[in-house]
Amino acid sequence: MDELPIQSGDDVVRVRHQARVAAAGCGLSLVDQTKLVTAASELARNTLVHGGGGTARIEVVRSGNGRSGVKIGFADNGPGIGDTELALTDGWSTGNGLGLGLSGARRLVDEFELSSEPGAGTTVVVVKWSR
Amino acid sequence: MDRVPIVKIGRTLFVSIQIDLEDESVVRLQEDLADELAATGATGVIIDITAVEIVDSFIGRMLTMIGSISRLFDAETVIVGMRPAVAITLTELGLSLHGVRTALNAEKGLALLNGTD
Repeated sequence: MDELPIQSGDDVVRVRHQARVAAAGCGLSLVDQTKLVTAASELARNTLVHGGGGTARIEVVRSGNGRSGVKIGFADNGPGIGDTELALTDGWSTGNGLGLGLSGARRLVDEFELSSEPGAGTTVVVVKWSR
Repeated sequence: MDRVPIVKIGRTLFVSIQIDLEDESVVRLQEDLADELAATGATGVIIDITAVEIVDSFIGRMLTMIGSISRLFDAETVIVGMRPAVAITLTELGLSLHGVRTALNAEKGLALLNGTD
């Protein structure tokens, strides 16, 4: 298991690399690897830009029925999100984006869990399973 | 931060992205291309993303913006060489690269710009 810092644009690229390595290692198809890495890129950027930096934790997991997958947890100590339901709608944005980062990332993975409270930071945990 | 080189051949600016794109590199590319378009009067921009492993919403938005900026300089942008996995992911992400043209490869992109397609 790897815990990576997210404090700069360089770190976002490193998270993408590690996500790719883990995804390829547990046999995800090329399309699923690309989806996971793209979701990781969106979420790592959120951690950096909106959370003021944080960490990404990448691990290989196994399901009850023997499938393997990659689980990535992002955590920051930023301002948090007031309305997480609203934050997950397409087009919702705090500023200059398209508002597709969070909602798009959710579509690209198999499991997605967002928890946040104003003032208490944000964590997002995603899983992509091999088929 | 790595910079993406821009090469002018005839009336076309060629950009081949061979690095892992940091957000800052994409913003820089956008600025460099605007400068280059203004300086050269090029009428076309070809951006080759054959080597690009992922296009997320930020990179996608920047590519769309490059298309819009080019148009203000009377130039057309064609994105070429998108990987199949990237195309599938981009669509699922909800991004349509509205306003930029795409072609299978650089040769077809050039033909599109020259109207010989």
